[in-house]
Amino acid sequence: MKIKKTLDAKGLACPMPIVKTKRAIDEINTGEVLEVLVTDKGAENDIPAWAKSGGHTVIEQKTEEDVLYFYIQKV
Amino acid sequence: MAVKKWTAAQVARKVMDHEELFILDVRNTDAFEDWKIDGHQFEYLNIPYFELLDGVEEILPKLPIDKEVLVVCAKEGSSVMVAEMLSEAGREVAYLEGGMKSWSSYLEPVKVTDLENGGELYQFVRLGKGCLSYMVISEGEAAIIDAVRFTDVFTNFAKEKGVEIKYIFDTHLHADHISGGRMIADATGGTYYLPPKDAQEVVFDYTALTDGLNVKIGASQLDVNALYSPGHTIGSTSFIIDNQFLVTGDILFIDSIGRPDLAGLAEDWVGDLRETLYSRYRDIKEDLVVLPAHFMMIDELNEDGTVAKRLGDLFKDNHGLNIEDEAEFRRTVTENLPPQPNAYEQIRQVNMGKITPDNDEQTEMEIGPNRCAIR
Repeated sequence: MKIKKTLDAKGLACPMPIVKTKRAIDEINTGEVLEVLVTDKGAENDIPAWAKSGGHTVIEQKTEEDVLYFYIQKV
Repeated sequence: MAVKKWTAAQVARKVMDHEELFILDVRNTDAFEDWKIDGHQFEYLNIPYFELLDGVEEILPKLPIDKEVLVVCAKEGSSVMVAEMLSEAGREVAYLEGGMKSWSSYLEPVKVTDLENGGELYQFVRLGKGCLSYMVISEGEAAIIDAVRFTDVFTNFAKEKGVEIKYIFDTHLHADHISGGRMIADATGGTYYLPPKDAQEVVFDYTALTDGLNVKIGASQLDVNALYSPGHTIGSTSFIIDNQFLVTGDILFIDSIGRPDLAGLAEDWVGDLRETLYSRYRDIKEDLVVLPAHFMMIDELNEDGTVAKRLGDLFKDNHGLNIEDEAEFRRTVTENLPPQPNAYEQIRQVNMGKITPDNDEQTEMEIGPNRCAIR
């Protein structure tokens, strides 16, 4: 998987992780992958739900030491 | 337009007073469908906040202008964002301070009745979670049953009333919410009682709550009697207060009955549940008023906000008390059970004193509805 851009949204509270994720995805091209790092637990369900509503694909999602990692491919 | 901030207490008043309210819930759809703020006269619109990042114009026609609108999210942040956007679009709206987290934590004390010689009985209604706690007061002394973890609410209430908390009971080892019983005992010097059959794994000292235990509160010697009534757990114990009220814990609710599976032993405990509901409870006075430890639906609240109903009426109206066939009863309470409460195994560990999570972690564990009942 080739990561085009990484967004570090650690320490930010809802809704900022999604607000910033949306901005970051607007800056990459179709088919490219955005990596997002979040610590807000609400993001666990909200980022996949947001991606789905916009048609983007969450290729991978993992948790390491309380940090959530998302890999989102732009539609 | 300025955005207004509402507290959970203000929303609770709307529920208790049967007032109208339009709730714009901006959590994701799964969270909304699982658990929301229930009101008798509330209307809802669920649009996740992340679908409103480009603007709120599309939802404006769906929001009433002749009704109060409250924006709600999980913790507050997203509801503030959406409320400000709506405000900029010319709408007058409010958001819920602390979001569903604060809603889950809020307790509303409601007086059930005055008792003889200046005694009082209070029910603490945790609207967001459907938990019910009790405080019996009589001449300077108080007993608490099934306290939730917001211990300040109880100790402050006792202070206001000028009473000393002497006895703290848990009807059973809870699996859906974290008990405040032990902390209240530590803070006040009162005695903490727990049924020994539920307490085999607890790692702290407690006093045994056994069948027939009787305590008398205050100078008027208000009677609190323990009645062993297993089935939700093997230790579950009810209380008869002043020969007028039956506190049932998680065995019997207004419109449902307890589930026997939260400690993993449904098959073993279903016989006990049957015996409690169809034999032990039938031997006591039908005029006792049942006070349960939970409600599941807002419809179970009486006009005055209490959750209470005559035992004889429950024998007539509660489906779980009217399954004549024992095999059918067994099937009803062991098969097709509702989902288990959020983090119920961890919550049991906390209540046994085995783990001590911080406040945020406790809040996280208790998110969602209580799900202790079978209808």
